[in-house]
Amino acid sequence: MWIEPNETVVNRVQILNETGKLVHTYPEISDEELIGIYKWMVQARTFDQRALKLQRQGRIGTYAPMIGQEAAQIGSAFALKEQDWMYPSYREVGASLVHGVSMENFFLYTMGNLKGGTSAQNANVFPVQIIIGAQCLHAVGGAWASKLQHENSVSVAYIGDGGTSQGDFHEALNFAGVYKLPVVFFVQNNQWAISVPRSKQTASSTIAQKAAAYGITGVQVDGNDVLAVYSTMQEALKRAREGKPVLVEAVTYRQGPHTTADDPTKYRQNTEVESWLEKDPLKRMKAFMINRNIWNEELDQQEFEIANENVSKAFELAENTPTSKTEEVFDFVFEQKTKQLQEQKSSIGTEGVLK
Amino acid sequence: MTSMTMIEAINLTLRKEMERDNKVVCLGEDIGKNGGVFRATDGLQAIYGEEQVVDTPIAESAIVGAAVGMATRGLRPVAEIQFLGFIYEAMDQMAAQAARIRFRSAGTLNAPMVVRAPFGGGVRTPELHSDSLEGLFLHSPGLKVVMPSSPYDAKGLLAAAIRDNDPVLFLEPMKLYRAFKEDVPEEDYLLELGKAHVLKEGEDLTIITYGPTVPLVKNVVEEIEKTQNLSIEIIDLRTITPIDEETILASVQKTGRAVIVHEAVKTGGPGAEISALINEKALFHLTAPIIRVTGFDTPYPVPSVEDDWLPNAKRIGEGIKEVLSH
Repeated sequence: MWIEPNETVVNRVQILNETGKLVHTYPEISDEELIGIYKWMVQARTFDQRALKLQRQGRIGTYAPMIGQEAAQIGSAFALKEQDWMYPSYREVGASLVHGVSMENFFLYTMGNLKGGTSAQNANVFPVQIIIGAQCLHAVGGAWASKLQHENSVSVAYIGDGGTSQGDFHEALNFAGVYKLPVVFFVQNNQWAISVPRSKQTASSTIAQKAAAYGITGVQVDGNDVLAVYSTMQEALKRAREGKPVLVEAVTYRQGPHTTADDPTKYRQNTEVESWLEKDPLKRMKAFMINRNIWNEELDQQEFEIANENVSKAFELAENTPTSKTEEVFDFVFEQKTKQLQEQKSSIGTEGVLK
Repeated sequence: MTSMTMIEAINLTLRKEMERDNKVVCLGEDIGKNGGVFRATDGLQAIYGEEQVVDTPIAESAIVGAAVGMATRGLRPVAEIQFLGFIYEAMDQMAAQAARIRFRSAGTLNAPMVVRAPFGGGVRTPELHSDSLEGLFLHSPGLKVVMPSSPYDAKGLLAAAIRDNDPVLFLEPMKLYRAFKEDVPEEDYLLELGKAHVLKEGEDLTIITYGPTVPLVKNVVEEIEKTQNLSIEIIDLRTITPIDEETILASVQKTGRAVIVHEAVKTGGPGAEISALINEKALFHLTAPIIRVTGFDTPYPVPSVEDDWLPNAKRIGEGIKEVLSH
């Protein structure tokens, strides 16, 4: 039997359509939870917008905005249990905040403070991964450790569409399938890997269908529909907890640049951006909540003000944190400093040359 | 005490470490049923089961990357890369992930893991099975690089590597796996990582080497000392990261002459680092230039010429002669 390319029909899970109308059975979710989810989305967007401004003012370093991906990030992270682990890339502020990383921590990261890497101290969140796809294997290893130590913890790798082209992504899905690991690969297909569109990353018509090749479950969800993401992720985590790994493709859009050092007008059309602004995740959720009579413009405005205040407080804390000292770099290479590191450390602050 | 080969000592150590600590997990290609292509893990799966002695798919990056994930979540993985030449596939996971996780997390995470790999030449392998790539990892802060040269050292160093809280690349000289037996204590003992071993004291010249070339250097020195009135000191580094500066410098300060022997290619190799160290800290004790006898700056060659390519008795002898001519 020949398997022709892209034969599989992948139906995208959607609960709210682009105007915020219910197009699917309403998932088991209380109004309180709905509001809770939306508040996180507001917080994530507020942080993101401020970070962009602060970078432009030269007060923080390079930042990778996540605007447009709030539903994918908040919806997925909201479904995690406390004991679950998150293995983020560098565009995961929203998800990380929900799972317990502080905004202050993120500011410290973008300000180039060593403390910016300490997310795992207070939350089950791995430090930000720069190398595309590498974290998928750490999630696999973490899932493996939790399985062998009976921790009932799922490991979730966060990755983008571009990351699915990496060998580590392939190897991770393969291992997950072979060893039936409690792991979820959460792909935010935001259409662009810096300047290269999704169509040039893979000839697969969806990323979700790639799961089939590894003998694991795949699912595609509307990544701008927070209810769909949340309920899909709940199901994915349930399966993973039973040793059935899942690949989730959340179809979303990177409304902003790749990072603050990027100019997207060089490679994509404004009309495309505008068409995705119509599908904005916050807009959709807000319309749904107003329609449900649990939200209104006044509450919305208040929430943005509160979120802004939270960001200001976090930034103030970060700004008041002492900057990293050069001496500190020697402290985190090995458990105990080698003779060479001791010597190099003690040369700092003197003439800087070894005697 | 039992007389055993290096491969037997490695096998015994892995068994004892798994018995001592149930967080120790072995993973790699063909290490389970087959017991590893060199039998380093022979019999382990029968004792500890498929969950703790894991046959993996052929994917070096995943073997190392999964080990990083395991190690940061409470296990002590011992990963095997079938031949060191294959580790290029896992270079990111070694140098950018395992090596840096302590640093990246400012000390909140660490990866107590060992990556074992056979290496070194002289055994007529196909391409990329004999390469000595330790220099790549010497240049990757955060990794320890250890290489035993005898069964006794293999046991003490491997046990220390497994119990170390940092990632360790443990390189096993293929040629020495079954080259000779020696008495190895069954009971627990550790050899400190970062401490060199003065194999033989001498006054006129220091030879600094490690791993596969140690027995060769011993033989060469024995032959030379039989016929010439010379006293040569031999240092077996045992680990190149951390490097034992004190032992190297004390020896060179005494003898005033140094020859460095390793199979890795010359340029940018460990010998260059050792030589620079001596220059920085003991230059005025030297009476002759430091000579490196190493692999040439070419890819590891085909078997028909490898004996000439490798540091051999003749080339080491010439190096010694050159240093003594000053």
